[in-house]
Amino acid sequence: MAVEETRIVTKFLRSREKDSWTFEAARKHNKAYSALEKALGMEPATIVEEVQTSGLRGRGGAGFGAGQKWSFLPKDVFPRYLAVNADEGEPSTFKDHMLLERDPHQIIEGVAITAFAIQAHVAFIYIRGEFALGAERVQQAVDDAYANGFLGKNILGSGFDLDVIVHRGAGCYIAGDETGLLSSLEGERAMPRIKPPFPAAQGLYAAPTVVNNVETLSTVPHIIRRGAKWYAGLGVNKSTGTRIFSVSGMVERPGNYEVELGTSFRDLIEGLAGGVRDGKAMKFFIPGGASAPWLMPEHLDEPLDMDRAGELKTMLGSGAIMVFDETVDPLLISWRLAKFFAHESCGKCTPCREGSGWIDKVLYRMVHGLGRPDDLDLLLDFGSSIVPGLNAPFAQTTICALGPSTMSHVVSLDRYFGAEIRERLKRDFAKRAPLEVVSA
Amino acid sequence: MAFTDADRRRAKEIIARYPHAKSALLPLLHLAQDRDGWVTPDAMEEIAGLLDLTPALVLGTCSFYTMFKREPAGRLVVSVCTNVSCLVNGGPSLLEGLRAHYASDDDVFVEEVECIAACDLAPVMQVNYEFHGPVAPDAAVDVIGQYQRGELVARTVSGTSLPETAGSKSGGTA
Repeated sequence: MAVEETRIVTKFLRSREKDSWTFEAARKHNKAYSALEKALGMEPATIVEEVQTSGLRGRGGAGFGAGQKWSFLPKDVFPRYLAVNADEGEPSTFKDHMLLERDPHQIIEGVAITAFAIQAHVAFIYIRGEFALGAERVQQAVDDAYANGFLGKNILGSGFDLDVIVHRGAGCYIAGDETGLLSSLEGERAMPRIKPPFPAAQGLYAAPTVVNNVETLSTVPHIIRRGAKWYAGLGVNKSTGTRIFSVSGMVERPGNYEVELGTSFRDLIEGLAGGVRDGKAMKFFIPGGASAPWLMPEHLDEPLDMDRAGELKTMLGSGAIMVFDETVDPLLISWRLAKFFAHESCGKCTPCREGSGWIDKVLYRMVHGLGRPDDLDLLLDFGSSIVPGLNAPFAQTTICALGPSTMSHVVSLDRYFGAEIRERLKRDFAKRAPLEVVSA
Repeated sequence: MAFTDADRRRAKEIIARYPHAKSALLPLLHLAQDRDGWVTPDAMEEIAGLLDLTPALVLGTCSFYTMFKREPAGRLVVSVCTNVSCLVNGGPSLLEGLRAHYASDDDVFVEEVECIAACDLAPVMQVNYEFHGPVAPDAAVDVIGQYQRGELVARTVSGTSLPETAGSKSGGTA
């Protein structure tokens, strides 16, 4: 049987390729803002409960319960802020990019419902600086929403006021960490902050703040419209609903696919994305963005379940799945990821600032035939100063998760390719002429 | 280049959007860069004055973000991704091809960037932050030519229009 997507968040944008981002099309063909209308007639606390009941977990990477996050706001402390994390930067993730460009009204509706639920009157949409078209469409959508009474003062006569500010980043991966994003929004370097205090207690301008991902907020209107029970009925175990997975690398049909959680990696990669291209065999795949430890072809029948991924010592992270065929050198991929993390380490915590650079340097010599026999063990040794124990879920000696992410690909190399890499290092070393000892 | 009165009015509009003025720092840096093609020391001082910050603080934030160029980069910034999905789809040869082609062209600045979230288009590049992909080196040169001739026009981050000379190493003023 052919595998099919379960389209909820992507249904409308797929159905109208030419105008799904316009206010007219979204209102006429997608009942945009009808969920907001319904929500404004509910008690804010009921909306929070409803989203908790739905089991919706954050789609940005950490997978924390969305409604639970909202429920952590301290009572009676105002003002509060909502910050939308649209700084998509986890390598190989491109789902929010699509949602921003092609269904901005769905995001704004989710923002308005969420702001009402947490009683915030100012929301920021922090859009990645490089998303020119996405930012233009979101700004246009915000302007249209204001003009039609869905944002601004006294929304739909409810007495609820909300201002939405579209903010642009300027090229920085770590602004996608929720506290890094808040630092950046305050005009600082996007350096993550130590938690606690969590943003719910002291976030933007030290006020209670909720930071949610674009896809998470895009899902909220559907939960309000169709009910928490309906949403909780989709998915598997504690991974309810659907998720958009960005499949890329060496597959026939790279792209975004929305599937019910619990679908297998095989159905997603082979069924929907067409499998490894040119009839080649798969060597390995990365299941949740650059920060996620790798999986092997033997894991293809595992379900897309956030907790099951944890048992496999990896994560679904941002939902980015990268597929590599048998011709790919795992060391090359590992080194390129190391180079990425070294470039993006913000420099605040010593283990990550220094360690990420050393991982890059050692992997560079390993992949270029200049490795030493014990280089993989050297990496694991100093890497365990960043990630004590080297095992998912990661312990860390750094403020944010970038630290442990610098080691997840190295851990994967050791886990699945350790013996062949150690052999290769020995061979490479033996091939090189030994250094001449100069006697005094 | 110092801000004109019109720039200052625009800057004040931007500052007024935020509950705290300092949040306007990134948008103001974008405004300055859109105008000059890079963030000049004069602009940083001007922004510091507008936000009541020291120029050192403005530089501290500015220098953290890769999109901000602190010297003239060229009228067109071409960003080529070589992160893993592009790596296995020809990103490095696209980068090399473009670097060689524009090696002596001051108006086109070719840079290697990290993942720009368009991996279904790998290998992907941006010309002044407009996406193009998948592109082979020859096709990329064609696309860049269309921007050079004005047939394609990129959006600016701040929404202001880009002067002809912005970022140009020959005609720009520091």
